[in-house]
Amino acid sequence: MISRIIAGERELFYALIKPCERAVFVTAYSVLKSEADAEEVVQEAALKAYKALGSFRGESKFSTWLVKITLNEARMRLRRVRSESEVSLQDFMDDSDGDYTPAVLTDWREIPSEALDRKELREILQKAVAELPEKYREVLISRDVREMNIAETAELLGISEGMVKTRLFRARLLMQKLVAPELRSQGKKDTKG
Amino acid sequence: MVLDCKHVWREISNYIDGDLDPSVRASMEKHLAHCRHCAAILDSTRNIVYLIADERTFALPIGFSERLRARLESELEKSEPASR
Repeated sequence: MISRIIAGERELFYALIKPCERAVFVTAYSVLKSEADAEEVVQEAALKAYKALGSFRGESKFSTWLVKITLNEARMRLRRVRSESEVSLQDFMDDSDGDYTPAVLTDWREIPSEALDRKELREILQKAVAELPEKYREVLISRDVREMNIAETAELLGISEGMVKTRLFRARLLMQKLVAPELRSQGKKDTKG
Repeated sequence: MVLDCKHVWREISNYIDGDLDPSVRASMEKHLAHCRHCAAILDSTRNIVYLIADERTFALPIGFSERLRARLESELEKSEPASR
């Protein structure tokens, strides 16, 4: 298929990237926290991939290759727009630092996936993900949104598998801390209302 | 092995992923059977993980595919991919 695209069958390129759209979008979003910026980065990354198709050797899946290009593009854009102080703050945040105490609850009433039809619930989750430190957000999105395995996540982000597990544990507990109290109070309102 | 609450919290993520040594898992389950706080923390964390994995939580913006295609079409008119 790649050879045919290079030979001029451009239509096939659209077919090739179509199944990767959500993966590349959430990858860019995991870095940039903005839908509009993520969308622009995806467009740039797709163009870059098209121009570099000749160098794609097929050692990994095309989707993996495209996601890596997208991640690099997103990180470059972030570096361009982020102020020096923010860069240093992120860079010096040690993996051993931070408060990873979950929200203490006495019980939990399951929220079914049908509740995601409500925009309000989706926004609570999206806002909490956006609030995570970048390195935790990248791991959480790879593992829990894209459902990549530990080894794939480690390879994509260029970190060890142990680091993926550590960052994932912190990301999930931070999510629980940010989201659980809010969802619980929403649930109570629904019960009353 | 007896685990305290803090130890249980550290292992919740691995527990959700089924990535625990059987003896640690058994100790966790023993703790969870008697500690309603840790059980609620596990249930809420697992529920949140389940909700963010749902495609509706991070769906593509409306018109995303069409705008991507339009951008590619307009730019690709000007260029061809590098040959191998």
